[in-house]
Amino acid sequence: MTDAPLGRAFAAVLLRDFRLVWRRRGDAAQPLLFALLVVTLFPLALGPEPQILAKIAPGVVWIAVLLAGLMSLDTLFRSDLEDGSLEQFLLAPQPLWVLVLGKVVVHWASTALPLLLATPLLAQMIYLPAELMPPLFVSLLLGSPLLSLLGAVVVALTVGMRRSGMLLALLALPLYLPVLIFGAGSVIAAAAGLPYAGAWLLLGAALVLALVLAPLAAAAALRIALS
Amino acid sequence: MNRLLLWFHQLGSPPNFHAFAGRWIPWCFGVAVPLIALGIYLGLAVVPPDYQQGDSYRILFVHVPSAWMSLFIYAAMTVNAFIALVWRIKLSEHLAMACAPIGAWFTAVTLATGSLWGKPMWGTWWTWDARLTSELVLLFLYLGVMGLYNAIDERRAAARAACFLALIGSVNIPIVHYSVEWWNTLHQGSTIRVFGKSSMDPSMLPPLLAMVIGTKAWFIGSLLARTRAAQLVAESGKEWVQRLNPVRAS
Amino acid sequence: MSEFFAMGGYAFYVWTSYALFVLMLILDVVLPQLGARRALKEAMRRQQRVAARSKP
Repeated sequence: MTDAPLGRAFAAVLLRDFRLVWRRRGDAAQPLLFALLVVTLFPLALGPEPQILAKIAPGVVWIAVLLAGLMSLDTLFRSDLEDGSLEQFLLAPQPLWVLVLGKVVVHWASTALPLLLATPLLAQMIYLPAELMPPLFVSLLLGSPLLSLLGAVVVALTVGMRRSGMLLALLALPLYLPVLIFGAGSVIAAAAGLPYAGAWLLLGAALVLALVLAPLAAAAALRIALS
Repeated sequence: MNRLLLWFHQLGSPPNFHAFAGRWIPWCFGVAVPLIALGIYLGLAVVPPDYQQGDSYRILFVHVPSAWMSLFIYAAMTVNAFIALVWRIKLSEHLAMACAPIGAWFTAVTLATGSLWGKPMWGTWWTWDARLTSELVLLFLYLGVMGLYNAIDERRAAARAACFLALIGSVNIPIVHYSVEWWNTLHQGSTIRVFGKSSMDPSMLPPLLAMVIGTKAWFIGSLLARTRAAQLVAESGKEWVQRLNPVRAS
Repeated sequence: MSEFFAMGGYAFYVWTSYALFVLMLILDVVLPQLGARRALKEAMRRQQRVAARSKP
């Protein structure tokens, strides 16, 4: 029997992971609830004045999405590690990066995509000016997959470690900083009437680069962590 | 080139490295301590006060060498990490891991002395310009490498994971620097120059030079000492260690 | 002499900076030494136990 070609393997991983996520589709609400709670923290801590909140609104939504993604990173490999499938992935004839990419795609779709669709809700809570909604949405559309891909590399490095939650966050956040700067920064630039398309082009370029390199890096990290 | 590779290869043998380090550590500190002492003396007592900044600019003589070391050590760590991952050389793993705490120390001192220089000069302890932010992220990266290395029980796997992290981080630092610079130029007027208008008077060069060379020598001495100690622990089951450190029967 | 210590009014900043720098250098060399001796002794003892166990 010949090995399945890359495309078939990729599709198989997508289907499998999607089925697994679907069985526990209630879990998809958790990152969303977390982001809502994070957004809630700001008016409670800083006071409910619309002027102040409107000024920081793009950053608040970005931070909420970033933190929600960070908290959900652990689930990327956790269940596969526990039932032994991850080892099978390492032994598969197909390159590991193909399988990792499939997992990251499903993970993003199940954790970040609901957040993106709920952006109007988050924006409303924090008095985001209506004209900033499109830039915010585009910046999140470009930035959240980038965060997922970068996070995948770090979580691959710490897979198998018990109680790795805080360490994972400490290692991932420095990598997240440029994405946050350009993502939230582009929306704030739009608010100030400054050019912001350049930031999006950079994010887009980084996303393309990450789509190619991050699965490779994550695959290498998995082999290192599970050796 | 082949002689160099052969020498490095031989150094990879732990007993050889132990002897090598034992020979050179005293020399490193023997060079470093007088040079640093000289640099401190010249910087504090001999060089005249600056035209614009008065005596506070003397902080430069500890701040700038520390900043340069924080970056230099990261580069050294990255090179060793690369060698360790690609060629699986145990010595390089130990060297890379030993670089991290030394680099973290220098980065912390850079941030602290920079703060102490900034307060009288710009009126603030901290500002979010590209240099300071990247230096802060550099500290996080050092601590992250150390944290990851300590979190994994199996030492060689831990070293490999931490080396991998170090390599990823080396790409991140220039990216953070650039992105914060872009962010600050978007908001005109928030960039602050470290040296201001005064360029380096030639009389300021000797203490700076002494400190730069002295700190490098200190780093090499400290690196050799830490690596030597780490290797002893890692190889503690081997005969050559037993011979050096006969343990009395308990 | 007191002029030297005053550092043109910046005494706190200059002296603290230099003190931190020197302190850091000392800690960088001394702290590992303190831990190294103990770590080596523990490792040797562990090796002794392993060797004793593997003897028939």
